[in-house]
Amino acid sequence: MRYLPLTEADRRDMLAAIGVSSVDDLFRDVPPAARRDGPVDLPRHAGELEVERRLSALAGRNLDAGSVPFFLGAGAYRHHIPAAVDAIIQRGEFLTSYTPYQPEVAQGTLQYLFEFQTQVAMITGMDVANASMYDGATACAEAAAMACRITRRKSILLSGNLHPHYRSVTATSLQYSGFTVDALDPDPLDLEDLLGRIDSGTACVVVQNPGFFGKIKDLGALADACHDAGALLVVAVTEPVSLGLIEPPGAMGADIVVAEGLGIGNALNFGGPGLGLFATRDKYVRQMPGRLAGQTVDADGRRGWVLTLSTREQHIRREKATSNICTNSGLCALAFTVHMALLGGEGLTRLAELNHAKAVQLAGKLRSVPGARLLHQTFFNELAITVPRPAAEVVARLADRRILGGVPVSRFYPSYPELAPVLLLAATETTREEDMDQLVAALKECAL
Amino acid sequence: MTETISGSRGLSIEEPLLFEQGSPGQCGVDLETPPDLPDHLGGLRRRQPAALPGLAEPTVVRHFTRLSQKNFGIDSVFYPLGSCTMKHNPRLNEKLARLAGFADVHPFQPESTVQGALALIDLAAHWLKTLTGLPAIAMSPAAGAHGEFCGLMTIRAALEDRGERRTRVLVPESAHGTNPASAAACGFTVDPIPATSRGRVDVGALKAKLGDDVAAVMLTNPNTCGLFENDILEIAEAIHGVGGFFYGDGANFNAIVGRVTVADLGIDAMHINLHKTFSTPHGGGGPGAGPTVLSDALAPYAPLPAVVHDAGGFHLVEHAAGSGLKPCGRIKGFHGQFGVFVRALAYMMSMGADGLRQAASDAVLNANYLQARLSGELTPSFDGPCMHEALFDDRFLKDSGVTTLDFAKALIDEGFHPMTMYFPLVVHGALLMEPTETESKETLDRFIDSVRGLAQRAKQGNAAEFLSAPAHTPRRRLDETAAARTPELRWRPEKKV
Repeated sequence: MRYLPLTEADRRDMLAAIGVSSVDDLFRDVPPAARRDGPVDLPRHAGELEVERRLSALAGRNLDAGSVPFFLGAGAYRHHIPAAVDAIIQRGEFLTSYTPYQPEVAQGTLQYLFEFQTQVAMITGMDVANASMYDGATACAEAAAMACRITRRKSILLSGNLHPHYRSVTATSLQYSGFTVDALDPDPLDLEDLLGRIDSGTACVVVQNPGFFGKIKDLGALADACHDAGALLVVAVTEPVSLGLIEPPGAMGADIVVAEGLGIGNALNFGGPGLGLFATRDKYVRQMPGRLAGQTVDADGRRGWVLTLSTREQHIRREKATSNICTNSGLCALAFTVHMALLGGEGLTRLAELNHAKAVQLAGKLRSVPGARLLHQTFFNELAITVPRPAAEVVARLADRRILGGVPVSRFYPSYPELAPVLLLAATETTREEDMDQLVAALKECAL
Repeated sequence: MTETISGSRGLSIEEPLLFEQGSPGQCGVDLETPPDLPDHLGGLRRRQPAALPGLAEPTVVRHFTRLSQKNFGIDSVFYPLGSCTMKHNPRLNEKLARLAGFADVHPFQPESTVQGALALIDLAAHWLKTLTGLPAIAMSPAAGAHGEFCGLMTIRAALEDRGERRTRVLVPESAHGTNPASAAACGFTVDPIPATSRGRVDVGALKAKLGDDVAAVMLTNPNTCGLFENDILEIAEAIHGVGGFFYGDGANFNAIVGRVTVADLGIDAMHINLHKTFSTPHGGGGPGAGPTVLSDALAPYAPLPAVVHDAGGFHLVEHAAGSGLKPCGRIKGFHGQFGVFVRALAYMMSMGADGLRQAASDAVLNANYLQARLSGELTPSFDGPCMHEALFDDRFLKDSGVTTLDFAKALIDEGFHPMTMYFPLVVHGALLMEPTETESKETLDRFIDSVRGLAQRAKQGNAAEFLSAPAHTPRRRLDETAAARTPELRWRPEKKV
């Protein structure tokens, strides 16, 4: 077997050195009732060619986004990933290394994590960021818990414009924490009154910008209201490219920013692995979850990097840790860092402008679809529209024509009939004008 | 050594931060010109662009290539990091995960267009259920700790559904820190169980702590000392006897896969670290995946989503209503670590039932070989065979002036990644070595020669060379105390370094 270097002769020699007659003797602590005599009922080992054939057949049963007109977003956005990104992350020194607990032989990992933290802080407009979380949704739950620790309050208010997965992951994760999670109804028209719900028990308000229904908002007044009441403002960003063009949460008064990094450096991968970005203010850093790379010096006085402030973490603090997180998304963070390095400040702005312009172009073309109505006039690269028949049906009909035509909101909120006509359509730099024309032509037939 | 002008030394090249390089005119991507249309930003255009440096592609590629050269990886060195299972990461896994039909698929595409992705999740689930003998699985946990959280959340939901409010979870002192942290995150109080002098759970002490307020016992088996908990059936019976659940931490499943059926151990829930047992890359700290197998009693409470199939194909259950399930909720965005599933399945198919069993056998054989051949110079913490990892303590360094940390750093100069240090906490100055099955006897012999030689030197009074190690690395020992005292967690333009 190609991954196993020991030969039968090696095994005999090693057993002799150990002083036992068979490997079974090494398993003698296993109760006999739990030992298996033979292999499990699964296929035997297979060569590369065979495995490649079997898995390629499964891959062939999916319709990949690049082969058709594609307009899906709803928290996962398809961007072009420069070829250099994958070349770098496949270097074995990155791919096959562990968490950098031995800093002298992990300066490469530690330096890119320090760079990643800096990039995340810069694009979100915050002071400091951690070395990543699992994804945006779990980062959101961690942010809400962190806000409760900081404010010593128990009440969390989730906006109806927050991604439904972020809402449900936060509610699930904190259901036994002693905190209360108040998730407002989904809010497609941006009518909810968050300010009126903040009181002296509120630990934080969690909103998304651009919102789940696409609208961009100025969060300044909300931030002020939170701070006046002693609460924190947590802002979630599901499309990191938007930070290239929109005023960042840090500039609008956010105390904690969480984001989904998927899309920058990382492919869609059916939604996982994701990359949770997590940023906050300097003063809250010791309440932050997750790993942190920090700058220091070595015995010769030269600059270097280590993991730091680990007294917050589970391997030191056990049940008193700020989070149970251990493994995060290191390699995804590397992919993000490389892509962001290639973009630079100007590239990120231009990429964001291009995304926005594509969405503006799409919005213009959709005006010709009878019965289609745009819910918001401000947006980044995703539009919420209503269509005359249930959006899920429209999307299914479009799929029959090999067009991946957006995400029906009913997929997330099946018990809200008023949301059945709402369709989310995203455009990115990967969206061509002819794709838009095909979508619009098909919608004229499918949406009515 | 004479200092060079550049500060670099041959292959060891100094590399500044990204932010200390580049110029405003440079960019590493070329983008089309946007259509000229009025914006719809509502006046919320970013006022101050992010101050990221402009860098052309050659600069970026060289930067990260140089950084990579400052890292040890399994590809370049033996990496016997105990409890971490640093086995070879097959490149076939990487190749297949990058097929467009897997990598370029959106999580919210219509079901009809993702039948292959759903089939893949279902097939990976089938392998994991069959290998453990447990009937159900939650695929969405993102890592081991997240799997623990998933399992305990499921247990809590099951208990509440039968009207019970149990508050305590028993966790051995030797457990990984995530166990108590996960239990706390689910609102339980953690009650530690001491270990015996044989490195196992003290079953008498455990039983004394049992009561009808105990929700679960969490047990890692093989445990973090590298030993099989041979009283496990008695422990399972005891916790079940008071109506609680038995959570298995499957971090060390690699030692027993194919040789022990987890269900036969009485375990109700166990996470499986795909990045350990099933060869997916650690990637410098993730992404991992921690699917959690569940008993029939816990299955209805698993978090969503779930993949099911009928005559019409595969379906994704995303909502409880109408599903007949009582899920504890949702713990992860989208549908789990799909890209990790592809890699793990490629590995499982490559190894097969026979190969996985052989892998466990070889992993245990390699660890016992290390233990046997090092025991003359080092001090093993416990008698008898170990499982997949060998645990030593620092008695062999007594009065040498050398600590476990110093010893580990000296191994770096020998060209090996150190073993895990100071974990588990139940022995003094722990050195935990996990060779895995993907190392050859020649590699183990070279490592053994180095470790034995270092132990002899330490005992002979050469402490100074250990205290100054490592000498042959891009950086010598780093000041972790200073880093924590005045945290510098990002580069700042106003504070040039």
